[in-house]
Amino acid sequence: MEFLFDRAEKPAPLWAKGATVCALLAVYSALCIWVFSISMMKWEKVWEYRVVFLNGWMTTVGISAAALVLSTLFGLAAALARRSPFLPLKYTAVFYVETVRGLPLMFLVLFGFYGVANILGWNDRMAVGVLVLSLFSGAYIAEVIRAGIESVGRSQWDSARAIGLTLAQTYRFVILPQVLKQTLPPLAGQFSSLIKDSSLLYIVGISELTFSAQQVNSATYSTFEAYLPLGVCYLLLTLPLSLWTKSLEARVRYET
Amino acid sequence: MRIGLVNVTKAFGANRVLDGVSFEAEFGHTLALVGPSGGGKSTLLRLLAGLDRPDSGGIFVDGSELPKSEESLRLYRRKIGIVFQAYNLFPHLSARDNVMLPLLQVHGLSKTAAADRAEEVLLRFQLSAHADKQPGLLSGGQRQRVAIARALAINPKFLLLDEPTSALDPEMTAEVLDVIAELRESGRPIILVTHEMGFARKSADLVAFVADGGICECRPAEEFFGNPASPATRKFLEKILKY
Ligand SMILES: Nc1ncnc2c1ncn2[C@@H]1O[C@H](COP(=O)(O)OP(=O)(O)OP(=O)(O)O)[C@@H](O)[C@H]1O
Ligand SMILES: [Mg+2]
Repeated sequence: MEFLFDRAEKPAPLWAKGATVCALLAVYSALCIWVFSISMMKWEKVWEYRVVFLNGWMTTVGISAAALVLSTLFGLAAALARRSPFLPLKYTAVFYVETVRGLPLMFLVLFGFYGVANILGWNDRMAVGVLVLSLFSGAYIAEVIRAGIESVGRSQWDSARAIGLTLAQTYRFVILPQVLKQTLPPLAGQFSSLIKDSSLLYIVGISELTFSAQQVNSATYSTFEAYLPLGVCYLLLTLPLSLWTKSLEARVRYET
Repeated sequence: MRIGLVNVTKAFGANRVLDGVSFEAEFGHTLALVGPSGGGKSTLLRLLAGLDRPDSGGIFVDGSELPKSEESLRLYRRKIGIVFQAYNLFPHLSARDNVMLPLLQVHGLSKTAAADRAEEVLLRFQLSAHADKQPGLLSGGQRQRVAIARALAINPKFLLLDEPTSALDPEMTAEVLDVIAELRESGRPIILVTHEMGFARKSADLVAFVADGGICECRPAEEFFGNPASPATRKFLEKILKY
């Protein structure tokens, strides 16, 4: 059975890895089929609601994409503001990043919708959802970017000043390109979290993926058949992102 | 070229690195700054480069005083070339792009003009074959030559070099010193911090000894090494020439 062990000093052969994956797939699907067969499967009924799933999935993709862009902007702005010598700006950024990171997303969603948006009479649920999610994720991205900026050595700032670049040019041409290369893997991880975190928006009735699964569940009285596609749909988004991150990590490692 | 310091003080906390230094020097081509580690050579060079400002006093280059605001200092720095000990280059840009960045963004050259100019200076320092490599793929000596090429590409009024060879092994040191010696022909003034006493003696017009909060001595190279006047210089030279 030695071929089933993958050790640094004696790597497993490729065929053993392939065979293991195939064998495990067979075992786990057999397990699944067995579970399916003992429960009352209502796949036909759930299939009738496929449009609901599709709409939910599209909403999740839309919200995530919008929040991805917006949270990057928030994160970048907060990271730069935190480095500003102008105290009101700097402290605003510190306050934003530290409070948001200290609060659960659930609180931000509830407070954002019922505490703030309702009182202001802002009824565009999608927009509020994207904003809350972006504010939440932006605080984490700010820290990722800030760490990235701090990891760029003093000599780079000196060299940039020596050739006469302005502060804005220094960020644009010298600092941020280096930060981007270093922070892409953690940023991609953060984006993956953002997609998963968007599921919390179902509690305020945005018809994203989780909400749709919930609807299908109550309409068909099926649980397993309603929630299994839910998980698959999230994996469809997060797995490619994770694989992409892995390849990025490998690339960054080789280049430095 | 003429430089002057009037009552210049620069301190880091309680450490007064330059303590009320007044000094004037006029030289044709090369001024070498030598002295013990921590003596204040880099501090002095950064002041002359307009990268730092003195706590008090005035710095004069060719008769005009350096400005005080960061914005005017930036305009001053645009016209001079500065090379540090190491890590001058931007690691994410190829050698060519490193040379082109200031031409494009600071000096407003067109893309083709900047590319031509970069080609020209890289050729001059035998770096054409490495133009597309990022600094990580270049040897230490090649990196410093690219840094010198970048500094020269903008046609600076003069060059400031802070120990450009101290991070290099002997062979690479020779290759970079050759380049610096060759600059003599182009007639552009150089102020150079160096630990290479042989090089200072051969190619500097003036040598200044920086230590103990000031400039102890500044004389033509032959006199400086042949017959040092101040005891501090003598002790320093004895110590480093011992081996
Ligand atoms: N940014 C700084 N902050 C605090 N202290 C500093 C700073 N820069 C220099 N110093 C101190 O000032 C003194 C002079 O430093 P400087 O770098 O000018 O010496 P140097 O003559 O260039 O030495 P070396 O030959 O080792 O490069 C040293 O004691 C150093 O610790
Ligand atoms: Mg130094």
